[in-house]
Parts: sequence; C-alpha cells; structure tokens
Amino acid sequence: MPQLSLSVNARPVSADVEPRCLLSNLLREHLGLTGTHIGCDTSQCGACVVLVDGKAIKSCTMFAHQAEGCEVTTIEGLAGEGTLHPMQEAFRDHHALQCGFCTPGMIMASVALARDNPALDEAAVCKGLEGNLCRCTGYQNIIRAVLAGAKSMRGKHDV
Amino acid sequence: MYEFQYHRPNSLEDAAKLFDAAGDPQYLAGGQTLIPVMKQRLAMPSDLIDIGRIGDLHGITADKNALTIGAMTTHAQVASCDKVRESIPALASLANHIGDPAVRNRGTLGGSIANNDPAADYPAALVALGASVQTTSREIAAEAFFTGLFETALEEGEMIVKVTFPVTDCAGYEKFPNPASRYATVGVFVARTKERVRVAVTGAGLSVFRAGDIEAALETDFSPDALDGISISADGLNSDLHASAEYRANLIIVLARRAAAKANAA
Repeated sequence: MPQLSLSVNARPVSADVEPRCLLSNLLREHLGLTGTHIGCDTSQCGACVVLVDGKAIKSCTMFAHQAEGCEVTTIEGLAGEGTLHPMQEAFRDHHALQCGFCTPGMIMASVALARDNPALDEAAVCKGLEGNLCRCTGYQNIIRAVLAGAKSMRGKHDV
Repeated sequence: MYEFQYHRPNSLEDAAKLFDAAGDPQYLAGGQTLIPVMKQRLAMPSDLIDIGRIGDLHGITADKNALTIGAMTTHAQVASCDKVRESIPALASLANHIGDPAVRNRGTLGGSIANNDPAADYPAALVALGASVQTTSREIAAEAFFTGLFETALEEGEMIVKVTFPVTDCAGYEKFPNPASRYATVGVFVARTKERVRVAVTGAGLSVFRAGDIEAALETDFSPDALDGISISADGLNSDLHASAEYRANLIIVLARRAAAKANAA
C-alpha cells in the first residue's frame, strides 16, 4: 500500500491506505476524527466538508492520496484550549443545530465563507451554503449564526 | 468502489508514459464527477493518473485578444480571477454558479469539458465564445470538440492542456439550474464579437448546440425583443422528470432573452 503523508489539524500524519480510500474515510476510520460526518456520500449534502489548504472541500469526493502534503483542518481542529472557535460559539449561541448531523460541515463551510468574504450578508450566506443541507431544515438559525460568527471572526481569529 | 492503482505524475511526459503502460487507465482531474461515478461502480479504471499537480496544466494568462486557462484550473479560480472578470466577465460568472462552493474548489475546466455532461455549463461558453482546446497533440475548435452525449473528440490518452477564449465585445450566460445539482436544466450563452453573434445551448440536447435562428435574430438587432415570435422545435430535445422537451424548448428562448439582456448590460 502506498504511504501517505499530510498534516491534519496542524499535526503531521502518515498512513498506509489503499488508493480508493476517501479523505473522509482516512479522517474517520484511520485517524479517529469522527467529527467529519458522512451524510449522503455522493457530494450533495456537505456534512463531510473540511478545509484542505484553507479551501472548503467535500472530503467524500476526494481520495486521501490527493491530499498528499496538504494541510487538512477538520472540525476537531477549530477550537483552542478550552475556547470554541467564534463560528462554533455562534452556532451554540444561536441554536443553529437541531439534530446536529450537518453541523460540522456547516461550520467548516461557514469558516471558509466568512474568511473569504469579509462583507457577508444573508444572501451571500445562502449562496455560500448551497452545498450544505440541513434535513431538520433549521436554516434560519444557521444563517443568523453564520452572520454572527463571521462578525466575531473579523480581525480576531485566523483559520 | 473497485480497486485501482493510483499515480501522481509531475509532468505531461510522465503522465503519458503511465497511461501507455496501464491496462485500462483514466486521468483524474478534480474528481467531482469521476469519483461519484466510481463509487456507483459505473467506472472501473485499472489505474487512475492524477494530473492535478502537473504545472503545465495550471494558470491563467490574458492579453487584449484572448484569455487562456489551464485545464486544471478550478471553477473557483476562474470565478475569482481578475483577468477573467475583466476580459470575459460572463465566463467568471458562469464558473461561479457551477455546483456549490466546495465543488468549485475541486472541479476543473478540463475535467468538465472532457466529461461533456449534456447539462454542464462550460460547453456552452466554449462553443459560444469560439474557444479552442489545446491538447497534448493538437488544437481542436470547441464545436468540433463536443461530439455527443458524454463524447468528445479526444483520442485515447490525449489530454487537455489549456483552453483559449477569444475576447468578445460582450457576452451573457443564463441557466435554469436544477435546484439539487445546479446543473443546467437549460443554459444559454450569448456572445457578440465584431457584429457576429454566437448562441450556444446546453442542457437541452444530447450535447451542446448552436441556435441558428436566435443568432440570426440577434445579429439583426442585439436586444431581447429581437427574439419575439421566435420558437424552437422540441424535436430531439431532452425530456425527463425535471422538464419535458417542450418546456426546455421554451426555456431556450426565455434564457436567450435574459442572456442577451445581460450581455447588453455588460
């Protein structure tokens, strides 16, 4: 099996995984990072979104080996010592989760969205989260949380 | 998913050698279509040759006559590139409405056109703008490149290197997106260059096609109202649970009007 090296949540990781191993499977099954959820496994739902070299991608639609040498950030890599990331805090404050299954992907997509778009408004949040589905349909509070999280991220957090 | 061998060459030469040496190889670009297809076991290549890190396939260059985009440029890169936004803003806008943000961060121009999905957005842009596709062995005009349903003029092992778009006077693209996939139920790209108008339609037929009647009307009068009274035959158009052939025929006119309005405003 080919050897794979990459960085996950700022830690160097090596793994022997099959070529057909998806990044989502590497994270969950080989590294035990089960915060990345697999919802549809068909790149529709966005529950598996992680950051690869700072860009939001669907980890169920990328082979682990395609991430060779990349920096991967998962939901587990957001919080500091005892402090939530501002976007996580905003999701909690605004009750932006019901069952919570979509939440890791929503937060990762939202972190990238907020960082890339300093002037986010409601329409931009809706368009930016087109690839993330909440089957509880709790979108109103998610939008509120993303706007609040983006505001508190400005100037004080770097992801 | 079936097993396969994975290769990640750094040069076009190495990619070609790996392709020739493998039993049933396939190139892997951004994987946003190929990986789902492999999961469904609809494709079972013996070898995947990941061309994502070949430097020659990346980059965007522009001069006053043309815009050239490397095959492995992602939709997000096309959408956010100032050179694209300045020279052909309709192309940047098209790229910004493919799939969703995460898909746009992985999916590539070359991968999209090599797949030639009948509902993909890029084929309409290439045909309407009169683009040319540079491969590892030749240059192919866009209209000759897209040959049928998921079919292109690419030969076995031939790889897309870059696509060159002549700069137009103005252009506009409008699509009626499928609400789940964001693929075009119908998409119409209108481009005007030196009094000539080209209109390409995606999503409606087996592959992208030009709409001659709409082109003629817009050459006479480049305004949405010029399309009053024009109708498109539903014969041979796609019909599925999302839209009948007749509905798609009507959408072509509706979207052509909107695209022409957009081009006029550009």
